[in-house]
Amino acid sequence: METYTMMRQFADSWGLLGFTLFFVGAIFFALRPGSKKMADEAASIPLKED
Amino acid sequence: MTKISQTVGVGLFAFLALLGAAFAQDSLFKAHMWVLFAVLLIFSVAMIRRVSFAPVSTVSAEQRKSEYFDEVVRYGLIATVFWGVVGFLVGVVIALQLAFPHLNIEPWFNFGRMRPLHTSAVIFAFGGNALIMTSFYVVQRTSRVRLFGGDLAWFVFWGYQLFIVMAATGYLLGITQGREYAEPEWYVDIWLTVVWVAYLLTFLGTIMTRKETHIYVANWFYLSFIVTIAMLHLVNNAAVPVSFLGSKSYSTFSGVQDALTQWWYGHNAVGFFLTAGFLGMMYYFVPKQANRPVYSYRLSIIHFWALIFLYIWAGPHHLHYTALPDWAQTLGMVFSIMLWMPSWGGMINGLMTLSGAWDKIRTDPIIRMMVMAIAFYGMSTFEGPMMSIKTVNSLSHYTDWTIGHVHSGALGWVGMITFGAVYYLAPKLWGRERLYSLRLVNWHFWLATLGIVVYAAVMWVAGIQQGLMWREYDDQGFLVYSFAESVRAMFPYYVLRAVGGGMYLLGGIIMAFNVTMTILGHQRDEAPIGGAVPQLQPAE
Repeated sequence: METYTMMRQFADSWGLLGFTLFFVGAIFFALRPGSKKMADEAASIPLKED
Repeated sequence: MTKISQTVGVGLFAFLALLGAAFAQDSLFKAHMWVLFAVLLIFSVAMIRRVSFAPVSTVSAEQRKSEYFDEVVRYGLIATVFWGVVGFLVGVVIALQLAFPHLNIEPWFNFGRMRPLHTSAVIFAFGGNALIMTSFYVVQRTSRVRLFGGDLAWFVFWGYQLFIVMAATGYLLGITQGREYAEPEWYVDIWLTVVWVAYLLTFLGTIMTRKETHIYVANWFYLSFIVTIAMLHLVNNAAVPVSFLGSKSYSTFSGVQDALTQWWYGHNAVGFFLTAGFLGMMYYFVPKQANRPVYSYRLSIIHFWALIFLYIWAGPHHLHYTALPDWAQTLGMVFSIMLWMPSWGGMINGLMTLSGAWDKIRTDPIIRMMVMAIAFYGMSTFEGPMMSIKTVNSLSHYTDWTIGHVHSGALGWVGMITFGAVYYLAPKLWGRERLYSLRLVNWHFWLATLGIVVYAAVMWVAGIQQGLMWREYDDQGFLVYSFAESVRAMFPYYVLRAVGGGMYLLGGIIMAFNVTMTILGHQRDEAPIGGAVPQLQPAE
């Protein structure tokens, strides 16, 4: 198979699926229950010191 | 490495430049190597004068290791302000060159050579120094550890200045790859790659040795900027030099692939250099100046992932109605439109950080500057996706509307957030109680804001007029206007543009004065901003 066709087919099948899953996963991970406390702690990092 | 071996290293590098000049294949490379030799020679002499043969006392060395490495940030701040003023000045000059063609001085100072000088000076010299300097400052504070790699940070700083000088002199000599925002030729590109790897090592090393468990979101943005720029730079500048000691090279890509690679680079330079990096700045300096944590930390994480996942695909919108396949154009358009969401999410996050502290807009001109920056981030990230829609693009493409859009982002977002960071940092870095003058910050704010408004509004009118003139047909099917007529019609707009740019430049000069006086330790005696809190009137 031509390299272009091969890469094109990978990009709009498994590549697209992989990226989408990672992206959706990252958003769910950020919003998971229990992340609020960690997020609040992280948000205060710049204000801890001068 | 000791100071002595560093000095010898620079001297050897200067000697190599001399050899390059001696065996150059073409006169341009020869001239450029002479420039390099002169710069490195001056630098070696400066270094020799600083060599000290006294043994380093272990106490002071230990003490230094426990402190933040801020000397390089101080140099970076001065470089940012200096290159900013230079870049704005060249911008005003080329704006005047477009209005008054007699100002094109052949061959070194004509528009074709001055324009990349302007774009590189503001993006890479002003913006790049601002990013390097603030990233070094922020990563130390948010990791609570000294910058990794010792003198490596000095190499990054001086190496980057050398890149700027080589790029700038190359443009004026007429050495160019002809790739927008990537004009430097192959040997300057290789040098930037070396510097960038050192930058990545310094930044990543600091994060790896951090004393804070969590990596603060500003560092995510900075890191994505460093990594992505490395990738873009390497791919877009893949070229084969004609000779080992010559200034000319040819791209490894050809035709539409070459064009797409260029705009994949070009748009992501906007996305990761001018957006992601400066968002890192926003996520640190806005909370610091407002003295409040970021509005929603989880939104900032979603902002990050959405931005980097979507931005990278938006480049093809620069190639609408070209030989690029239709599906790729549509892909670029769709991803550009989707970018609305993370951009506005980030804008809301930045603005809402001020909730409960909105009064600071009245009393603190630095906060005012940051808020204006975020507002322009929102406006230009609304305008950009709209212009990427094919039907809109058919009117706006190749017109001055694009130039107006770029400048509302660059002057409004990038410039204003950098000014905010500079004003925050200057007293802190030099241990001054406050800035020389907050009133002057206010002057800078209004000059810059009005300058941008004049610039952007004039370019909208100019661009839409151009677009309409180019597509005006008569009832016979002939074009109504020749191209030269549309150029002629632009004259008043070009003059007004120079006025807007001139106001912005004046603001930059005021900043340079204010920062210089702050560094020298002066304080202007002045009334506080905003006046007294209004007195409550007793009921009668």
